[in-house]
Amino acid sequence: MGQLFNLQFLTGHIHYLLFIILMMTGLFIVVDKTNLVKKIIGLNIFQASVFMFYVSIGKVTGGTAPIFPMDDKYHVDKEALQGIVYSNPLPHVLILTAIVVGIATTSLGLALIIRIRESFNTIDEEDILNIEQEMTRDDNNKHRDVAEGLT
Amino acid sequence: MANTALVAEHTARTLYDHLPLLQVLVPFCAAPLIVLLGSRRLAWPLAFVSSAVALIISVMLMMSVREGGYISYTMGGWSPPLGIEYRIDTVNAYVLMLISAIGTVVLPFAYVSVKDEIPSKNHSLFYACWMLCLTGLLGMVATGDAFNVFVFLEISSLSTYVLVAQGAARDRRALTAAYDYLIMGTIGATFFVIGLGMLYMATGTLNMADLADRIADQGANRTVRSGFAFIVVGLGLKVAMFPLHLWLPKAYTFAPSAVTVFLSATATKAALYVLMRFIFSVYHPDFSFTTNALEIIFLPLAIIAMFSASFIAAFQINFKRMLAYSSIAQVGYMLLGIAILTETGLTAALLHMFNHGLAKALLFMGVGALVLRTGGAFYTQISGLGRKMPLTCGAIVVGGLSLIGVPGTAGFLSKWLLVQAALERVSENSLFLLVSIAIVLSSLLAVVYVWRVFEVLYLREPNPDSTATEAPLMMLIPMWILAGSCLWFGLSTDFLYDIANQAALGLLDGSMGMLDSNKTLGVE
Repeated sequence: MGQLFNLQFLTGHIHYLLFIILMMTGLFIVVDKTNLVKKIIGLNIFQASVFMFYVSIGKVTGGTAPIFPMDDKYHVDKEALQGIVYSNPLPHVLILTAIVVGIATTSLGLALIIRIRESFNTIDEEDILNIEQEMTRDDNNKHRDVAEGLT
Repeated sequence: MANTALVAEHTARTLYDHLPLLQVLVPFCAAPLIVLLGSRRLAWPLAFVSSAVALIISVMLMMSVREGGYISYTMGGWSPPLGIEYRIDTVNAYVLMLISAIGTVVLPFAYVSVKDEIPSKNHSLFYACWMLCLTGLLGMVATGDAFNVFVFLEISSLSTYVLVAQGAARDRRALTAAYDYLIMGTIGATFFVIGLGMLYMATGTLNMADLADRIADQGANRTVRSGFAFIVVGLGLKVAMFPLHLWLPKAYTFAPSAVTVFLSATATKAALYVLMRFIFSVYHPDFSFTTNALEIIFLPLAIIAMFSASFIAAFQINFKRMLAYSSIAQVGYMLLGIAILTETGLTAALLHMFNHGLAKALLFMGVGALVLRTGGAFYTQISGLGRKMPLTCGAIVVGGLSLIGVPGTAGFLSKWLLVQAALERVSENSLFLLVSIAIVLSSLLAVVYVWRVFEVLYLREPNPDSTATEAPLMMLIPMWILAGSCLWFGLSTDFLYDIANQAALGLLDGSMGMLDSNKTLGVE
């Protein structure tokens, strides 16, 4: 039992916990909400959690911003640089790409919602589902004779 | 580049040395060019020419890595693992060839079909998206950098959503199909990124070969294992692995015919390739969790997919929808081949990837031709057309036979190998006898749903007021090219089998590791 409530472990891994909470929140919204726009919002939260996950894994304890003083204008004390620890910039750069992809996805999703609204007159998933079931039923009725002839 | 026997050291001095990059770059440049020119008349020729160039490049790449070994191309001369590496080996080249071949063959068909199904103001943008989709698929396969896979995966996915939504001109359900696909595809891709993040946490690298080395060094730990789970689920969504396939039937049914042809033959295959790459090259199957995942999860799911999807397909009343369900079943065969985890099984999976690509592209083209002439793919609409459109329906028959796996067609070889692979493992585990029986039985289900189409096309009376005539030549030529190759690869099996076998061996060997980092690589 002692291991379950290890406070040091929890605080040490707090960013993972927050990442998981945020991720589950996003995923839950995507699954649960019937409003198409809200689904996109959920998707965004879900993706944002992953961005944060990436950013957090780049952090090095005690690390500073990963900018190396190469300018000749400043006198660089080689000795002073020895002890400096930098955070890992690579995950940050990677996630920049993923953020761009996320924006593209969001805008495409919203564009699709506009078109859906134009042709279905609703952005509620259940209404759309009803309309589509109606359409499928019409199709089936229209083309049913074949189905019955065979089965 | 003369010596490609084992490792082609890369010194990029001629255009020939840049082939791995050009493979992706040619369609990638065609896309903005089409948009900038904005001309409806130039869009298609540009798309066709760049696809054809991509096909030529992929054949040249195939020729240089056919005997094994790989070509390592370093982007901008930054040596891996820090720089992005494109690594072409037999498996890559094989899938690249499939994708670019299908992409090229489909375009003449698309010319007629797109004119009919999509409003003309969208044509140039449509072809631009098509080129982006091709870029994404080729890039996913060509790259040797794990994060690069994600970027290309998203390029292809985003353009796919747009392409699917173009079906809205005929049926508004295409919009919701595209939306559903967008939601699920994005969740899948994000899962994939989470997996990559975990791998990066554990290893500090993103180059696939380097990842493999480091994972092998540190062995399995929880981070690496959960990374594997995320990657498999994420890619499983893209592959349409059985319980994650929900987006597929709707997207394939309501997308424009040409898009369905292209996607069915390439998109799931490229994702499947990435899945294989991760299972075999990044995570070696020596790890118990990889083997367990394959045997406990992939194998049963593949068999369920084979049966349930075939069963649903048999009850469809729409030809296009039926083929979409059949695709899920066929993905099951490929996953089964992977899960059997032997050389024969993998060869069968790779062969089936190619053969199913050919057959399904052919059948969906047939649907496209029927839709062009009758306005729909319901069995009532296409009944009795065997006499009115003999060449189209003849090609459909060839494709259908290959889908069942009748001897003499390409589909037979891969299914035969699959059964053989299952039987080979009977001595270890007698349950594999059941697996091989399942393959045969589910093929019988394929007979049922394919036969229904034959019956509708040939044994029914045509609609009395039907004015359908034979499909135009622009459609017939690509269809018969594919029908011809279905028959050719069914009769002359050596060529494809040798390549697939070499590719399977390459995959089973695991990663070939990093090149010696002391060697200077890339463009000077």
